[in-house]
Amino acid sequence: MTILDLKSLSLRHVNSALQNASAETNWVLENPMGKHAVAAGLKESLKVDIKGSVGYYCGGMNKNADVVVHGSVGPGVAENMMSGSIYVKGNASQYAGASAHGGTLVVEGNSSSRCGISMKGIDIIVRGNVGHMSAFMAQAGNLVVCGNAGEALGDSIYEANIYILGEVKSLGADCIEKKMTEKHKKLLTKLLAIAKIKNLSSKDFRRYGSARSLYNFKVDNTY
Amino acid sequence: MCGIVGLFAKTRSVEDSLGKLLSDMLVIMSDRGPDSAGVAVYKKSNGNKIKVTLQSEEPSADFPKLNSYLSKQKNLKTKLKINSTHAVLELSEKNSNLIINDLKKHFPKIRLMSTGSNIEIYKEVGAPESVVERFNVRKMRGSHGIGHTRMATESAVTTLGAHPFSTGKDQCLVHNGSLSNHNTLRRELQKKNISFETENDTEVAASYLTNKMSTGADLGQALELALKDLDGFYTFVVGTEKGFGVLRDPIACKPAVLAETDQYVAFGSEYRALASLPYIEKAKVWEPEPATVYFWEHNR
Repeated sequence: MTILDLKSLSLRHVNSALQNASAETNWVLENPMGKHAVAAGLKESLKVDIKGSVGYYCGGMNKNADVVVHGSVGPGVAENMMSGSIYVKGNASQYAGASAHGGTLVVEGNSSSRCGISMKGIDIIVRGNVGHMSAFMAQAGNLVVCGNAGEALGDSIYEANIYILGEVKSLGADCIEKKMTEKHKKLLTKLLAIAKIKNLSSKDFRRYGSARSLYNFKVDNTY
Repeated sequence: MCGIVGLFAKTRSVEDSLGKLLSDMLVIMSDRGPDSAGVAVYKKSNGNKIKVTLQSEEPSADFPKLNSYLSKQKNLKTKLKINSTHAVLELSEKNSNLIINDLKKHFPKIRLMSTGSNIEIYKEVGAPESVVERFNVRKMRGSHGIGHTRMATESAVTTLGAHPFSTGKDQCLVHNGSLSNHNTLRRELQKKNISFETENDTEVAASYLTNKMSTGADLGQALELALKDLDGFYTFVVGTEKGFGVLRDPIACKPAVLAETDQYVAFGSEYRALASLPYIEKAKVWEPEPATVYFWEHNR
């Protein structure tokens, strides 16, 4: 295990060390102090523990690495993630998991507005609530929310599945409630297990997705 | 982009180190706003005296002239407390009104930064660290303070374009974002005989709130009305004699983090600004909800 202290080392030094690290190595980052882009651009299957809260774009573009943040994260955690996982013990700010193609993002607390915006294959599991416009223009993947969702959930959604346990303040354009089939329950059970959530059952969730009515040009939508 | 910081002291020890804590928070926000910076510090009031904070482009010429003018006024017995390009006068309310009128007539180049029983505003063009150093903000004590680092987007980089803006006694506003209907609002306020110093959108928002508060609304109500009348992007931090309030627009693109402990309430555009505060690891830290008014007041 290698310990890197962000108080004494530059962010570029720390990120460069992680980006060039060999697979299957363990790293601990101390004193992140809200810095931006901590552990961004990782390529190998590392284990990275960040001991504190970070700012913008933590774990962005991640491939293969498993990152645990022992604190809260700023805007754009796991943006454009390809694979691997990011586990946030605190809360997440805006647009968590934005445009991410794969991997898993778990937030133990709340995730604020635009969680999963333009998601393209990532699985996002939020134990608390998500803010407004979550899964905006989502294209693929799964968003699981164990609390409530804010206004305009799934606005202009293409595809992707949204599973909500609590209340939905309002649905966005073209987002509708859909039937929870056995296939979906099975998948959700798997996602809850990945997030180590044992006290909730997939049968209590509701599923939302695309009505697909914005796929084609509709003359009624013209002015 | 801009950076905002705010600190509301709940204990004497935080009051004593308010200037230092606020300065450190502000300097961390330098890369969000490197072109100008400013602070509003709410200091202890001096009885019924009003503090008038002034600014001059040529302090070495203007302030001595103003001092000699003041010494010739009967019963005034006050002198400028000069702090770099700024100076503070302490006067009775009646005299402060007289002097402010005199300044407009005889010293048009001297600008009024703020008036009030507690507030002092210091703002200048330049990197936040240089602004903090220039005014020795680290040595200031106060019950609460607000700071701003500016990256100008829609009006000139000038001292008057820097934040905080003060348009009423002990009131000030800092803003991250941009308003889209400020010209319309400015014209409406001008019809009510409210005058403006700049083309800046934040000055309009400050005047709007001052106008609402002068017609009966409290700060909370004024902020609720702002949600209806102001169009655009904003995270506001508003200071009054007693405390500060926070408001984000309904879309909430502009970042904001709040932290609260038994000792203080702190605001930062980012967590970075709060990371060095005492006992931050034990604080309740959260992101303020969109279109929701938050407010803290001293009750002592």
